[in-house]
Amino acid sequence: MILVSLPPHLRTLARVEGDVALEVAAPVTQRAVLDALEAAYPMLRGTIRDRVTARRRAFMRFFACRRDYSNAEPDAPLPAEVASGAEPFLVVGAIAGG
Amino acid sequence: MSGVRVLVGTKKGAFILSADGARRSWKVDGPFFGGWEMYHVKGSPADPQRIYASQSTGWHGQVIQRSSDGGKTWEPVDNRFVYDGTPGPHTWYDGTPHPWEFKRVWHLEPSLDDPDTVFAGAEDAALFRSSDGGKSWGELPGLRRHPTAGGWQPGAGGLCLHTILLDPADRRRLYVAISAAGAFRSDDAGVTWKPINRGLKSSFLPEPEAEVGHCVHRIALNRARPGVLFMQKHWDVMRSDDAGEQWREVSGNLPSDFGFTIEVHPHEPETVYVFPIKSDQEHYPPEGKLRVYRSRSGGDEWEPLTKGLPQRDCFVNVLRDASSMDALDVPGLYFGTTGGQVYGSADAGETWTAIVRDLPSVYSVEAQTLA
Repeated sequence: MILVSLPPHLRTLARVEGDVALEVAAPVTQRAVLDALEAAYPMLRGTIRDRVTARRRAFMRFFACRRDYSNAEPDAPLPAEVASGAEPFLVVGAIAGG
Repeated sequence: MSGVRVLVGTKKGAFILSADGARRSWKVDGPFFGGWEMYHVKGSPADPQRIYASQSTGWHGQVIQRSSDGGKTWEPVDNRFVYDGTPGPHTWYDGTPHPWEFKRVWHLEPSLDDPDTVFAGAEDAALFRSSDGGKSWGELPGLRRHPTAGGWQPGAGGLCLHTILLDPADRRRLYVAISAAGAFRSDDAGVTWKPINRGLKSSFLPEPEAEVGHCVHRIALNRARPGVLFMQKHWDVMRSDDAGEQWREVSGNLPSDFGFTIEVHPHEPETVYVFPIKSDQEHYPPEGKLRVYRSRSGGDEWEPLTKGLPQRDCFVNVLRDASSMDALDVPGLYFGTTGGQVYGSADAGETWTAIVRDLPSVYSVEAQTLA
């Protein structure tokens, strides 16, 4: 199982508490994880990726294993720790304030 | 017993204010969708238990919520707003072509007859409709394909379609207003549109009486006389007696004819309310006095309504969707401010009380009259 950590707004919208566990077939990529997330929680469509282009929304970030995968190729494999469920795939709202 | 529900959209969530027909004691529920910008929350005239809400944030974009129990519970519905075909460009602030891009829904207008039909006014300006309670949305592209659309330029708030009026006497007639393109009317249920801006004058345009380009802030009508329209323009309060074919200014003795919102009394078609703001640069009331102005003659002659409203040191704004009236025999008038107050009057504006004082900045106020 893949673990996905959502920001508070999206946990509320999806009505989940804590990390979300998802079945994702190998290879485990950013696109595959987000596709599985949106299939399980359709209300999240458009809130992380654009509904039309599927590109990451400007103020969303993707972290895993203390690294930033926000600008990584969507079809590149994620770290083995994410694929095994040992580490969560973090969906994070970018800092926006001042 | 009759009652009133006031739906309030704010910068950080939605609130529902409820009272019985006396409207003296109010219950405040919320925040719903805490932390989200709630551009508009509006109930269906056909079924007051059905409410639609537009929520968005810069992080997560647009979400549409729907309630079927008067706002007790909510469910997210579809948020896929896709322009029909390949949209061409409109004109950007600097005059260059700019691609049409969906940003948010400013206004939701439920059908007068069918709780499952609702219109959505979007930025960048377009009109969408759902006929399945928000489960899917389709654009009415005739508006965006109007020959003038390539020249539409955004106002300071964006190229937003913020006003949708449905004609109660003619189900095929709709009005919309776009900042800063102007007002448009369709007589064929949204298939084709015509600009209805004759008589408007805007000094910021090279041609002040141009067919389009006017910054219309809001239009209102009385349901019993829908061909008579009242408009709060960027500057100027306007009136049309022929469904927008021709407008004339009725600002009269107002202390300022700048403002955002405007209301028409539900039972007295010649009674109109405006909320004067000092200027386009100074978005607060003239003299620091929060005054609603009422005309009982369809414009030109206005009187201030001040009892219960702050008459010193008040520097809040009242935004374009932040006022509403209920339809009780003596109707209630409500408005919200950027300072977070929602004021209510149970006697059509004669006296006021703050229903709630410390909400986030208020974007929208919609009153529902409950049987």
